[in-house]
Amino acid sequence: MIVTTEKLTKRYGDRAVVDEVSLSVRRGEVYGFLGPNGAGKTTTIRMLLGLVRPTSGTASVLGEAPGTPRALLKVGSLIEGPGFYPYLSGRDNLRVHAARRGVGRPHVEAALEQVDLVGAANEKFRRYSLGMKQRLGVAAALLGQPELLILDEPTNGLDPAGMADMRDLVRALASQGQTVLLSSHLLGEVEEICDRVGVISQGRLVAESTVEQLRGDTVLLIRADPIEKAHVLIEGSSLHGDVLHVRETDAGSLVRTLVHADVDVQEVRPLRRTLEEVFFEMTGVA
Amino acid sequence: MGSVKAELLRLWKWPATWVLIGVWLVMTLTFGYLFNYLALNGGTNTRDLSQQQLISAMQPENVGAAVVRGLPMFGGAIILVLAALAVGSGYGWGTWKTTLTAGPRRISAMAGTLGALAIIVVLLVALTFVVNLGAAITVASVEGWDWSLPGAGVLEPLAASLLIAAMWTGFGVFLGVVTKGPALAVGLGLMWAIVTENLLRGVGSLLGPVESLTKVLPGGSAGNLAGAVGGSGAPGVLTDLGGTTAALFLVGYVVVFLGAATLLKVRRDLV
Repeated sequence: MIVTTEKLTKRYGDRAVVDEVSLSVRRGEVYGFLGPNGAGKTTTIRMLLGLVRPTSGTASVLGEAPGTPRALLKVGSLIEGPGFYPYLSGRDNLRVHAARRGVGRPHVEAALEQVDLVGAANEKFRRYSLGMKQRLGVAAALLGQPELLILDEPTNGLDPAGMADMRDLVRALASQGQTVLLSSHLLGEVEEICDRVGVISQGRLVAESTVEQLRGDTVLLIRADPIEKAHVLIEGSSLHGDVLHVRETDAGSLVRTLVHADVDVQEVRPLRRTLEEVFFEMTGVA
Repeated sequence: MGSVKAELLRLWKWPATWVLIGVWLVMTLTFGYLFNYLALNGGTNTRDLSQQQLISAMQPENVGAAVVRGLPMFGGAIILVLAALAVGSGYGWGTWKTTLTAGPRRISAMAGTLGALAIIVVLLVALTFVVNLGAAITVASVEGWDWSLPGAGVLEPLAASLLIAAMWTGFGVFLGVVTKGPALAVGLGLMWAIVTENLLRGVGSLLGPVESLTKVLPGGSAGNLAGAVGGSGAPGVLTDLGGTTAALFLVGYVVVFLGAATLLKVRRDLV
């Protein structure tokens, strides 16, 4: 495990912003940290980076205590938008960051290249578009070839093209074996990119598994005539109006059974819950 | 060292650094030399300064006093603004977050900021000395005075200048960390340096304990040290305390301001 937390909790007064969160991120995976705004994602991430001290519980990042230089030097992060000096160019901002991380100039150029910002590297940061700012944030996170990349809402404020660019960038990094912890409230983004997902709601981790597991078993929808006869023939089916739902993946065998019994099969298709439906169910957000 | 290098790089390329240094240099030349020169050459001398006093104030050998006399109030206010901006802006821009997740310990990150600010402030004092010396030599040459370069005695006012500058830097850093932003830090700092201590001195003439207190407040201590090493004739310069006492108070302020700021920086959550 690259990241583990055990009952990690942060309270402000009586309010638990993060409440006994126990999660784990494996090496080489893209872990989606999913939750509505204000669910506690950023506070959890800030605790993993040592920016916020936990009230109780423990966390380990690459085998080190969060926020220690040994941990931070192996982690690249972009938390709630990029924080750079507006009067410096993108390249100079990275040089400043590289000096703090103890890495040389070649790393700066490599990072700029990786996020496709070489052409705009000498422009002042304040003149960058939102997408360019986010990409510079990712470039800073990549300095020093970290073992773990933590990206908190990296597509926030981006237009659809910028979001697609960012997703492509994360995908490219993942394909190179980079471990990524990606926090987001955008379900499509997580569904598209992530191997495993942790869902946080009101400070509590309500689920942690693969996207497939979260969606649950595939249900087959069958429209047939007469539907009552089909209902009797297919064991374990449930009748929903004029269609049947069956927890069964062998559609061929079901259709053969119905056809041999002179049932007219009109439609058979898998019914899959989207991550969005699962998310709304778990978080109570509508 | 990485933290100092990083901070120095960003402070060096920050227009605000050079604007503030530039403003200070223009002020020190204007009030230290231009106005005195004009007064000497037909202006109305409203401060009852004799010609000899004006000439003495502009002599190259007295350039140390010229440097230190501006720092207790206006120079100090500029240094305070620079430090408060340097630290406070990081909260608004989100650069503290970037800094503290880059790798160095919080205390190292803070030491980097303080180290870089120290270098900038030493540079400011050095530039003030050089520019004032240049102005003094120019005036002396134009007027045809006998003049000589400052001797080793100039080190005393220069050391005092650095201590005064360090105190105002510490005050600015402290305000920047406490207020977690540049605007309030600068506002409070300027009010303290230019308004509050002067008001307290006014009240002090009515209330003895307040008068005693004003002598050892940050600006008061700075003014007394400047006065003790030969600075005179500028707002904020005082002669109520000995140089050693004033210097000790200033060292105490530097320790308290920087200690408190570092402690807060190290212990406080960055949300």
